[in-house]
Amino acid sequence: MDIIAKNITHTYNEGSPFSSAALKGVDLTIREGEFFGIIGHTGSGKSTFVQHLNALIRVYTAEKKYNPKKDKNTEKPVLQIGEFDLTDKKCDFNALRAKVGMVFQYPEYQLFAETVFEDVVFGLRNFAKEKPTKEAEEAAVQQAIEIVGLDYADVKDKSPFDLSGGQKRRVAIAGVIVTHPEILVLDEPAAGLDPIGKREIMELLHKLHRDWCRTIIVVSHDMDEISENCSRVAVFSEGKVFKCCTPQELFRHSEELEALGLDIPLTAKVQRALAERGVEIETDFTRDDFIAKVSALFRKKTDKGDDGSCGKM
Amino acid sequence: MDMQETESVAVRFENVKFKYDQNSRYALNNVSFSVKEGEFVALIGHNGSGKSTTARLINGLLEATSGKITVFGKDVSDKKNLFEVRKSAGIVFQNPDNQMVSSIVEDDVAFGPENIGVPREEIGERIEWALSVVGMTAYRNSSPARLSGGQKQRIAIAGVLAIKPKILILDESTAMLDPKGRKEIMDVVLRLNKEEKMTVIMITHFMEEALLADRTVVLNRGKIVLEGEPQDIFKNSELLETYNLSLPGIGYICKQLQKNGMAIRDCLYPEELAEEIASLLQEES
Repeated sequence: MDIIAKNITHTYNEGSPFSSAALKGVDLTIREGEFFGIIGHTGSGKSTFVQHLNALIRVYTAEKKYNPKKDKNTEKPVLQIGEFDLTDKKCDFNALRAKVGMVFQYPEYQLFAETVFEDVVFGLRNFAKEKPTKEAEEAAVQQAIEIVGLDYADVKDKSPFDLSGGQKRRVAIAGVIVTHPEILVLDEPAAGLDPIGKREIMELLHKLHRDWCRTIIVVSHDMDEISENCSRVAVFSEGKVFKCCTPQELFRHSEELEALGLDIPLTAKVQRALAERGVEIETDFTRDDFIAKVSALFRKKTDKGDDGSCGKM
Repeated sequence: MDMQETESVAVRFENVKFKYDQNSRYALNNVSFSVKEGEFVALIGHNGSGKSTTARLINGLLEATSGKITVFGKDVSDKKNLFEVRKSAGIVFQNPDNQMVSSIVEDDVAFGPENIGVPREEIGERIEWALSVVGMTAYRNSSPARLSGGQKQRIAIAGVLAIKPKILILDESTAMLDPKGRKEIMDVVLRLNKEEKMTVIMITHFMEEALLADRTVVLNRGKIVLEGEPQDIFKNSELLETYNLSLPGIGYICKQLQKNGMAIRDCLYPEELAEEIASLLQEES
């Protein structure tokens, strides 16, 4: 399922004194199979945008009829996800939500059931067209709990509140992926975890990307996370998509990001400081590539310049 | 322990043990340490190492199973001292949503001082001061529900500051913020520490933040396993890994480059690493 968004606008509390425009015409296409990153500082509209993806916020015209006379300055918005047209009021939003899973920030705060099993099965029952059989439920829940790296037999009857923070987050993710969404959207999935917990969650996302959900969309503030993991990235700024490209392209122009008040990855910082010292290297901004390129330069130098290169790559 | 020493020590733990219930293991097991008045201490450790438990023990949200905790010489386990202790040690938690009590920012900030009986006129001044310290003066009459996570957290900090505590405890208070918000909070914390001489105890997973502290205490499985200047601790990659703390990104890069035969020192800052690499590559062979 591709996501095609054009001209998405959204204003909170329209017509009231609290009115504020969160999205001012977002155009963005996310292809099936991507590991997509969304960045932008607080208030840039990224959360508002991702909430459109499973219709937690309806596209402007889905609530009010699009009036070409009145809205002549704005083009008709488009939000197409696979076969779902989200601007259409008759769109089957329930089916859409089963296909587009949404994991909020700190999803462990949304655990509610008495047992892990009950918590995970909730989404399955909620979205099912007809009530699943007991066996089907058990099989689906077991699969979901196991893919997030928990022991089904061990945790299924436990209270989710007795688990550790990292485990809770995994249960919460299991509760979303249990419907086998094709697109999984996660808002800051690693926030608040210790460095090892962060690494484990990112590994889990790669596993899900490989075996479970075709498309992963991650909203993050952590630029190292973006440079290490994402195939493409969109930068939100003031309710619009400022840039959409590969992380390599994005971080090559790190000064643009800093002008927006955004951070840059560690590797980009070191590379810039190296450039100031006359050492130019080009990497894809992952740590491993950085290490490989710097080591290659070093080997070239210690090989006493057999090929006569001047140290540029 | 003479009187003078008691006065200059903000927090002291003596052989403190704590468990959440009878059958669980000790969340803190025989912990002793002290924090001097005006000191900035970073508390680090993996999830479940006892950091948050320590924070909650300091102002009596939890009660030690055994051992003694004093705040400015006052025994926390004595109920008579609790009010005084909580006035002098304020905690800012991780999730700002859990700390909002009111629907208007200024009421929220006023909640603390009202609670401890600050005169009405002074409350107004304190709100103004606290909001200006965290840079949220313009939002005085806004509703917290309409603020971003970072802004809410700054309101939560203002709410604690309005009590004018002598000790500010931050329990991963920047974890939910974006880098800009995090920097703003750290600037506020550093200013409070340096200019107002406020004692700061900060729990964090971010190396960049812990590096700003005077001293770092590392907890692992309920025990203090390492204590010292943050610069020394973060360079000690073998030990960090022993205590389930992963190497910071820059440490990982240094180690890998060293493995590949490059004679560079362990670095903590990007500039430092660039300098090391550049001078190695450019030196005359």
